[in-house]
Amino acid sequence: MVPTDLRYTKDHEWVRIDGSRATIGITQYAAEQLGDIVFVELPDPGKALAQGAVFGVVESVKAVSDLFAPLSGAVVAANPDLAGEPELVNAAPYAAGWMLEVELGDPTELEGLLDPAAYDALIAEG
Amino acid sequence: MTDSLDDPVKITPLLDRHRALGAKLIDFAGWLMPVQYRGILEEHRAVRERAGLFDLSHMGELFVEGPEAGRALAHALVTDPLALAIGRAQYSMICAADGGILDDLIVYRLAEDRFLVVANAGNAQLVSDLLAERLDGFRAILDDRSLATALVAVQGPRSREILAPLTDIDLAGLRYYAIAEGQVVGIEALVARTGYTGEDGFEVFVDNARAGELWDALLAAGEPHGLVPVGLGARDTLRLEAGMPLYGNDLDPTVSPYDAGLGRVVKLSKADDFVGRAALERISADGPRRRLVGLIVRGRGIARHGYPVFSGERETGVVTSGAPSPTLGEPIALAYVAPADGEPGTMLDVGIRDARVPAEVVPLPFYRRVG
Repeated sequence: MVPTDLRYTKDHEWVRIDGSRATIGITQYAAEQLGDIVFVELPDPGKALAQGAVFGVVESVKAVSDLFAPLSGAVVAANPDLAGEPELVNAAPYAAGWMLEVELGDPTELEGLLDPAAYDALIAEG
Repeated sequence: MTDSLDDPVKITPLLDRHRALGAKLIDFAGWLMPVQYRGILEEHRAVRERAGLFDLSHMGELFVEGPEAGRALAHALVTDPLALAIGRAQYSMICAADGGILDDLIVYRLAEDRFLVVANAGNAQLVSDLLAERLDGFRAILDDRSLATALVAVQGPRSREILAPLTDIDLAGLRYYAIAEGQVVGIEALVARTGYTGEDGFEVFVDNARAGELWDALLAAGEPHGLVPVGLGARDTLRLEAGMPLYGNDLDPTVSPYDAGLGRVVKLSKADDFVGRAALERISADGPRRRLVGLIVRGRGIARHGYPVFSGERETGVVTSGAPSPTLGEPIALAYVAPADGEPGTMLDVGIRDARVPAEVVPLPFYRRVG
């Protein structure tokens, strides 16, 4: 069962909402599918995000995977620890492995995110 | 997962073992193979520090036998297998008439008139067909045992202490690039001191029917020494650190041995004609038009297959293999560049998405084992 205080996307991102801000990362399922994560490329503060658009890249030993913005908004911060310790995404995908903090551009988009039960069902389908 | 409706994926005799060990499986060259068990980085480090166990049963094993077996292979390949002493091996290539590489191989001399040619999984059928053609007219027979033969490799500094108690073959007397016939845990086997990791190690060939027993015995014997099963993911990062080319990435029919820095493998001085001789003599005389070099990425990013390489603003080549290097701690790559840009110490740039990331040309290999 995934954390119950978060919301999810079908692209295996999670969102923690805090007023007009949101923290974003990838789920444990995604991290396990990728294997050892060796590189994360994230946008700088101030960059605009469009829901569904590619905002960065996460790389495993063998492959490069796009990261899709779960919500529109503006980047407030990118996790500075991931440059030196990309493996944090594998070790603690919902905590120390967080990726972006975002100022929400359109709070109505939150309604379209998956709740924990819906995301659990999605990954159970495999 | 399947190439076509007529070609279901092939499986090795060890598939059930890989599933039981929790392996992530992929289709590699039409075979269902483990890419990793616990994780590529952990498996890579295990081989460098202790030992790893590999299922390589997808590789091709082609036996060539007869009074002219050596002569036939000298005609078919760029090396001179007749120069091999019995029990010795050589790295080789089979080329097209235009000098392009069709596969890279290891050739083992088992007896005066008996050789084993090991081909890459993806080329096994092609090499089998080519050898059958090229042996025509020689007193030599091709016996393609690829689908009947399993191959298990132990690679890493602890390999000898793990394997020695299980075999009647004197491993201390088995030199690097040598092969011997004997028994491993009572199973008839060929044991070769060859590998694709840059570490000491052994490749053990047995009949399919005995593969499971062999794997179980090696895993049990190796466990106290820190042996772990290792998949194709770490096999790739290990060979890259060792500066070894991968057919399909770094070698293909558009590449000559001279482009790939493998000119010393081609024996132009051997007596008889061989396939590709005229083209290879010309390329050797003219010099290659590109050069395979090692790169260490000095900026932020991982160079990967297909990424362009620049010298200043001029595009000079392309990355053919690239990955993070667990041992070096920096991303490494093999790339073809213009010969003038290939001197060690030259600073180039790799195009990684929108950025140009600095990379330094370095001599190969990236990693060399001690002792």
